[in-house]
Amino acid sequence: MAVLDIKGVSKFFGSAVRAVDDFDLTVGNGELVCLLGPSGSGKSTLLRMIGGFETPSAGSITIDGDEVIHLPPERRPTGMVFQSHALWTHMNVFKNLAFGLKLRRLPADEIRRKVEDVLKLVGLTGYGTRQTHQLSGGQQQRVALARSLVLEPKILLLDEPFASLDQHLRERLREEVRDIQQRMGITTLFVTHGQDEALSMADRIVVMRDGRIEQVAAPDMLYREPATPFVAGFIGTMNLIEGEVKGGKFVRASFSHPLPIADGPAIFAVRPEALAIAPATGEGAARIHRVTDYGTHGLVDLELPDGTRHKAMVSEARDWKAGQPVTLAPRAFAAYRDNAVAYRSSTAS
Amino acid sequence: MAAATTYREPRRVDWAGIGFAVVLTLCIILPLLVVGTWAFANVWRYPSVLPQEFGLRYWNATLARADVWTAITTSISLAVVVTLISAIICLPAAFAFARLQFPGRSILFFSFLAGQAFPKFGLLVAIAGIFLQLNLIGNFWGVVLIQLVGTLLFMIWIPVAAFQGVDRRMEEAARDVGASPLRVFWSITLPQAGPTIGAAVLLTFVNTFYETEGAWLIGAPAIRTMPVLMISFINNQPVIQYGAVLSVLLWIPSFFALLFARRVISGGSFARGFGA
Repeated sequence: MAVLDIKGVSKFFGSAVRAVDDFDLTVGNGELVCLLGPSGSGKSTLLRMIGGFETPSAGSITIDGDEVIHLPPERRPTGMVFQSHALWTHMNVFKNLAFGLKLRRLPADEIRRKVEDVLKLVGLTGYGTRQTHQLSGGQQQRVALARSLVLEPKILLLDEPFASLDQHLRERLREEVRDIQQRMGITTLFVTHGQDEALSMADRIVVMRDGRIEQVAAPDMLYREPATPFVAGFIGTMNLIEGEVKGGKFVRASFSHPLPIADGPAIFAVRPEALAIAPATGEGAARIHRVTDYGTHGLVDLELPDGTRHKAMVSEARDWKAGQPVTLAPRAFAAYRDNAVAYRSSTAS
Repeated sequence: MAAATTYREPRRVDWAGIGFAVVLTLCIILPLLVVGTWAFANVWRYPSVLPQEFGLRYWNATLARADVWTAITTSISLAVVVTLISAIICLPAAFAFARLQFPGRSILFFSFLAGQAFPKFGLLVAIAGIFLQLNLIGNFWGVVLIQLVGTLLFMIWIPVAAFQGVDRRMEEAARDVGASPLRVFWSITLPQAGPTIGAAVLLTFVNTFYETEGAWLIGAPAIRTMPVLMISFINNQPVIQYGAVLSVLLWIPSFFALLFARRVISGGSFARGFGA
């Protein structure tokens, strides 16, 4: 139904702070895109600019080809769900949902029908007369979502909507939101700093850092082929070993591995599940610092002679002991240089 | 629920609580009782503990006086007019203080404390001097003006706290569903801040109703409010009952104000208004 196009959008606070810096993104019709990044990466600021609550310092934002940058929030075809749900506490659930419809001067029976439909959609049939404080945190967030959905916005904006909920509820709600979003085919932009949330919900993920895009990719690609060391470290667990390449060999302390790139500094990246370890007869490349047993698998903390720590996943934790010397054999890995991929092993990292 | 195993603490006597209750009773309830009794006593001579004769004689006598009725209407119309004007001036100002940044904001904001920071009577005398030249002495609007000064503190500081307490995200959510800024103020901000602002209006009304120094200095002799009249009754009349009847009459507005407050204002609003 709607395509969101962001071109060259920047937001400066004062002269020094570039919250969002020359940002380009197109969100396709019915697509759910997650903006993922640590706090301060500019993702919320970007969302607020799309909603109309912040004015960009530069750039253009179009929805279905129409420029919206000069429109106030009330005239934009966007619906925003806030982290704090921001329900109006002096109105009951029905009035919260009906407020926007009343502003559109719909007849009373149509308002009633639409509100009942959307309450059913979010699984809160019969809750219309409840006061907002009588609802649980998850129910409040469902009402907040319904308040946006009932107006059938072209673009749905979600600003860390589950951040204040507990883990269990969060997992359930993100499935529900994903279901509703797909059923309605509504173009959605979702801000989060939780990678699980992004990986489980998004069609595409935009990893942001310091107001800039680090990488845009589908969740599986992001995990398997991170474009920068930052993304590699941010999504899942990644051992990032900084060292030197000399004569086709990467070297860091006692660890070395063939790496067919030019000589110079590089970051060697290998996931714990792609790092095989074997008992060493002599000194080995590393020493086991700690073994953690998760039942289904074990995680081994390794220490190189220079004190840096890395992780390796093992199938049976009881096979390994702290203090044991081991050799390291990366099965799949990548190397970064100058903040970009310099080499990727054929089986992917 | 059958509480089978209820553990009871050994009952301890709360001497401190009883002490407080006694002191409060002596200081608040007892004087009220004495004044109340005087108002309904036709005859009460020393050394009798209770009046020799109860009755409404002095009520009839007091309410038959024209100056009492003039004072009642003066007091009520003064309190209403002052509260209204104060609301019209102060509430937009409070909103501006709460939400806008402008040069001199904090200095202006604290200047409203200045009226309360100095001995009030000295300030009033100085103002009276100015009013004398402006021909505002003994004038209804002169009294309105002087009483307005006293209301500024409540009507600015409490509503500022109320407006600041409104969640900005709620307002943004209303903009998001299509409300204009004016509509947001009317449908979201005001109802959210309403109870606390109601408390401020109520405090202003009651305070104005009981204000005596300004009303007396500026209003005398032409404008006499009920408290001013009561003072002159107590000072000049050998019969105690006139003063007593007037003070009982004066309890009525604060009684209704309290009732209203309990109905309209949730318990926390007053406290929130003061930043608690």
